[in-house]
Order: sequence, then structure tokens, then C-alpha cells
Amino acid sequence: MSERTFSVDLMTRVEGEGRFSLTVRDGKVIDASLAIFEAPRFFEAFLQGRSTHDVCDIVARICGICPIAYQMSAARALESALGLRTTPEIEQVRRLIYCGEWIESHALHVFMLHAPDFLGYESAIEMARDHKPLVERGLRLKKWGNRLIEVIGGRPSHPVSPRVGGFSRAPSKAALLAIRDDLARGVEESIETARWAATLPMPDLSCDYVFAAITGTSDYPLEFGTHIAVSGRGEWPVEQWGDVMVERHVRHSNALQATLADGTPYLCGPQARLHHHRDKLNPVARQLADELSLPATVDNPYRSIVVRAVELTHAFAEALAIVDRYERPEQAYVEGAMRAGVGYGATEAPRGLLWHRYELSADGTVAKATIVPPTSQNQARIEADLVALGPSLIAMEHKAATVRAEQLIRSYDPCISCATHFLELEINREDVP
Amino acid sequence: MGVFKLASCDGCQLTLLGCEDELLALAERVEIAHFPEASSRLDPHGTFDLVLVEGSVSAPFQRDELLSIRARAKKLVTIGACATSGGVQALRNGRDVKGFIASVYATPEYISTLDDSTPVSAHVPVDYELRGCPIDKRQLIEVLTALLVGRRPNIRDESVCMECKRQGNMCVLVTRDEPCLGPVTHAGCGALCPSFDRGCYGCFGPKEQAKTSALAARFQRDGMVPVELVRRFRGITAGAEAFKKEGERHE
Repeated sequence: MSERTFSVDLMTRVEGEGRFSLTVRDGKVIDASLAIFEAPRFFEAFLQGRSTHDVCDIVARICGICPIAYQMSAARALESALGLRTTPEIEQVRRLIYCGEWIESHALHVFMLHAPDFLGYESAIEMARDHKPLVERGLRLKKWGNRLIEVIGGRPSHPVSPRVGGFSRAPSKAALLAIRDDLARGVEESIETARWAATLPMPDLSCDYVFAAITGTSDYPLEFGTHIAVSGRGEWPVEQWGDVMVERHVRHSNALQATLADGTPYLCGPQARLHHHRDKLNPVARQLADELSLPATVDNPYRSIVVRAVELTHAFAEALAIVDRYERPEQAYVEGAMRAGVGYGATEAPRGLLWHRYELSADGTVAKATIVPPTSQNQARIEADLVALGPSLIAMEHKAATVRAEQLIRSYDPCISCATHFLELEINREDVP
Repeated sequence: MGVFKLASCDGCQLTLLGCEDELLALAERVEIAHFPEASSRLDPHGTFDLVLVEGSVSAPFQRDELLSIRARAKKLVTIGACATSGGVQALRNGRDVKGFIASVYATPEYISTLDDSTPVSAHVPVDYELRGCPIDKRQLIEVLTALLVGRRPNIRDESVCMECKRQGNMCVLVTRDEPCLGPVTHAGCGALCPSFDRGCYGCFGPKEQAKTSALAARFQRDGMVPVELVRRFRGITAGAEAFKKEGERHE
């Protein structure tokens, strides 16, 4: 009998704290786990009793990398609970700031977190010694994304202007024009990035994915969708997502794991969006995908770096188009009376589907909050892919095999800090053991 | 230098990676020996000239880790609201966390957590505290520069109001009766919220000798009810002493 275990106690170049372990015995994987030991922070518990207007400020703090995703999903859900309708002008600003977050997060992942794996470095800083122009490009692209967020929201992490109903203040045309050239250069440089990413040597792995992404509009999904599409299964209204997927509490994790109701793991994020919506990419990004022969269905997770780079181009091109046609909205936000209700909201965080549900009391305070972040949804799928990868590691030297497994997990851009805060704390006295 | 994380959102350490124009220059001057979010090269048990700590102490293993880090750090600087005040997760303090967990999970022993989320300074001596949720990039660079050359960081203990005046903003509290924590909140953000037509919500925590009761009286005069007063002071930096006390006064 031969048995080998590949494990890392503190995963690096991911957001948050996790470890993984993969055990292969006689060529078969007998154990694969991605363990999340990040300390729980109990957001859903302390949102109870907060005012509607506190929510966007609080949920931003779930994630320093994708706070806007949290603000946008929350605002959507609260607006649906209150029966508020925003204007198309406000929605444009939402897409614009969200593009900034995709740019910042994707540039961070592609250049700083993921690229060192492909080129054999421990970090981007180390990589800069031999590949300075590459790292400088990454920092530049990231900076332009951050700059876009700053113009609209004041600062890249936890921006202050997003609120229920829109923004406390909408940016002036002049402020956006001041960064227009950066966005235009961003389109060009992100195209170069995708071309470069496509040349990277890809480890072999083919996974049979079930892809989940929001849908329901004619646009590549970002800040809004009416339905959630699951490949091979169908589409469900955003309101029903809580019935379509189920969440489990597993021993090794401080985050719940989501699967479809029949136990099937699914994947959300760039590959899922591309699968469902490749034809809706901004024309510049679509042309790029054609040039790179990037199919709608990318079944090799390592290749997600190319998909992310194409989405970088999409986000820059979308942002540029919005800035060019931008007129400052007359109203930065809409308001309405508080009322009791239930609301749902789903948007596409850089790393995938982010679903919120809120129950409000008559005075607009939160009675119950449920937040399902992308990494909780991808966690079961990541473990399934570790199982798929296992047998191919046997022939490899131990350190290289371990790095290969960690690189696989990193391919999903897991945000462990987000996933942990998804711990649902619901007081149900009947369940007390 | 080492960068360590406790309970947090990663936003403050991301601010270091967000120093896009300075990062490579900094890396030439400072050996970044442990920074898991950015590098696979780790030195978790090493000794450090400077340690940046993000996050609050929220679980038992973090308390132990912090004691160990302090023992190996010549200087320890806390970065952000979690590390300096317990962070937004301090909103759970005083609530029945164990009861929550036992009522939800069939196997509560899977979950290890402390009742309260506490700042780093509640457990070990801290050499410098950098405020904010998240920290401000300019302040971070100032602190790192000051420590490199061996001088005191030039960060003023003043209120957001001072920054707001320098920006030439119209006061949202005086002109629109918009509840604003600016008068009692530590500067550093550049008066962002008033610049974006809203009141400050205190994410840099209280400034020294914050006159919170006078501000609360003003809010009350404008018609704010006690439950809302409590929420105003119990926000992103709920665990900071001045805000915690003011919140309790209106419960």
C-alpha cells in the first residue's frame, strides 16, 4: 500500500486563512479538504436590529477586496424589500464603480496572486526582479481600477458613497473625464495581458463543471440580474435561489458549503460567466476572446487566468463607454418609505455570484439577514477538483505536487475572509439540544 | 518586516499592496519576510524589526498567536479599526455568542470563538496604532517611512472637522442637520463622507478627548431617537471606549 498526503497549513496568496489536505492511497484519493480556519465574525447576527441605511456600510466590511459587491447585492435586496426603483442613470454609476472593483480585484489576482505560480516565483515582488515591466503593468492596471472607485466612492476599500437607492453623491463628468485616458490605456494594456496569459504553460486538468451565474438581461452579468442560470439545469428567479442550493456545516470549515439540492457542487465566477454569457461580452473583449480562441466553456481551472484577463478588458471597455456617454444624474439616489418586507439581491462579485436576502420590520430595521458569498459556493467544487487532480500528483516530486494543488485552489481566487462571515446565526430555541 | 492577520477583512493589508507607486521601492528598502496574502515565502516563527498586525482577537488561537508574535517583534504596529478597537465584529460583544452557536449547530465544538472581539492592545503592548477602516494609504506610508528613518510618525490627533474645513467643504451638520460624527472622529480619511454629501460614520474611531456627549445632545435636539443614537456610536469602531460608553448612555 502506498499513501501520500499533500498539504499546506497556511495557504498563501489568497484572501484569508485556510489550509488544505489531499491524501492519495494506491492511486485513489481518499481524502480532500479545503479547511477554512479564519475566525468567524458573525455579520448576519449583528445586522439584526440595524437600520436599512447601516447595511451597506457594514456589509462592505465583510471583504476588503470586494466591498462593492457586498454593497451592491445588499442595496438591491433592500430596494426590492422596500419597493424602491432606481433610475437608469443611477444604474450606470453602479456598473461603473463595479467595473472599478472587477479591475482592481482581477488585476490583483492575475498579476500578484496567480502569475507567480506560472512563472515559478513566491511573490510578485520577487517576480519583479526578473519581470519588472510585467509587475509594473499589473500595479498600473490595479491602480486605474482603484482610481475609478475613488472618484465615485472616495476610497478603494469600503467606499463611502454607495447607499440604498443609489449614491450619496454622483461623480461629476469632469472628475470622470480626468481618468478617461487611464481607462483607454487600460483597455489596451489588459488586451496585452490576456495575450500574455494565453501563452502561459497550463497544467492539464479537465473538470465537468456545473456553472452558475446571474442572467436575465442583454448584458454580460455584473451589477444586476433577474435570474440565476445553472448549466444543464435551468434558470431560477433570484428570489428562489435559497431553495435551489443547500448549505451544509462541515467539520473542517468555519464556512458553510453550498451545493445544489441534490448534492452536486457547482462553480461560479469568471468561467461560469463566460460559459453562460460569452456572446454578451463587450465587443472589444469578445474580439479578444475570439483572437485567443477562448471557448465559452473553459473546463481547465488553471486557464481561469485567461478568462480573468478577458474580463479585465471587458471591465475597462465597459467603464470607458459609460464615461464617454455619462451625464451626471439629476438625482444621486431615490428614497421611499420604510415598510416590512423581504428582499433578494444577486450580483457578480469578481469571484462569483453573491446572493443576499433581508427581512425588514415595519420601521425598516433588519429582522434577518442571509448572505451567500461566492467562495462558500465554490468550496465544494474546489474539493471535488482536488479529488480530480489527486491521481496526477502521484508521479510528481512532493514539493512540486503540493505547489500544483495549491495553485489549483488559487485558480478559483478564493476569498476566505468572505466565506467565513457567512456563518448563519439564527436563534431557533426549538433546536437547542 | 512581517504582516500578520487576525480577524479581519484583509482590507488594511491590501492597502499595502494598494501602494502601487511605492510598493517596489519599499520592497527594495525593507525585507518583507512574512506576508501570506502576497507571498508564499513565509517566516511565521522568525524575528522581526517591524510587525504590522491587522485584525482583532476573536478566537483563542489568535490570542496565543499574538503573544508569540509580540515576543518576536522589536516594534509592533496595529493597522486598522479591527486591530485598534476590535472592529465591526465587536458589535457582537455583550451578546450571547455561545448561545447563538449552540442553537444553530448540531456540533458546536466545530466552532472556536471568544465571547468578545478585542483590540491587540488589550493583550500585548503596541508601539503605534494606525486608525481607520480601512487605514489610509498616505498614513501607512508615513508610518513606514518614519520607522525606517527612526523618527516619530507625523500623524496629527485631530478631528475629521479639521480636514473637512481644509477641504473647504460646507458643514453637513450645520447646514443640513445631517448627523455627522466628524467632530469626535479621528482624522485620516481626508473627510471623505462630508465630501460625498453624507455625515461621517466614525470609521477612524474616536479622537483623543472626544466630546461625544455634546454631539449626542445636538443629535437629540435635532430629533434623533435613543435607539438611533445607540446605532450611531455603535458602528464600525463600536469597541472603542469613547463610542462604547456614549452608546451605553442611550440604551
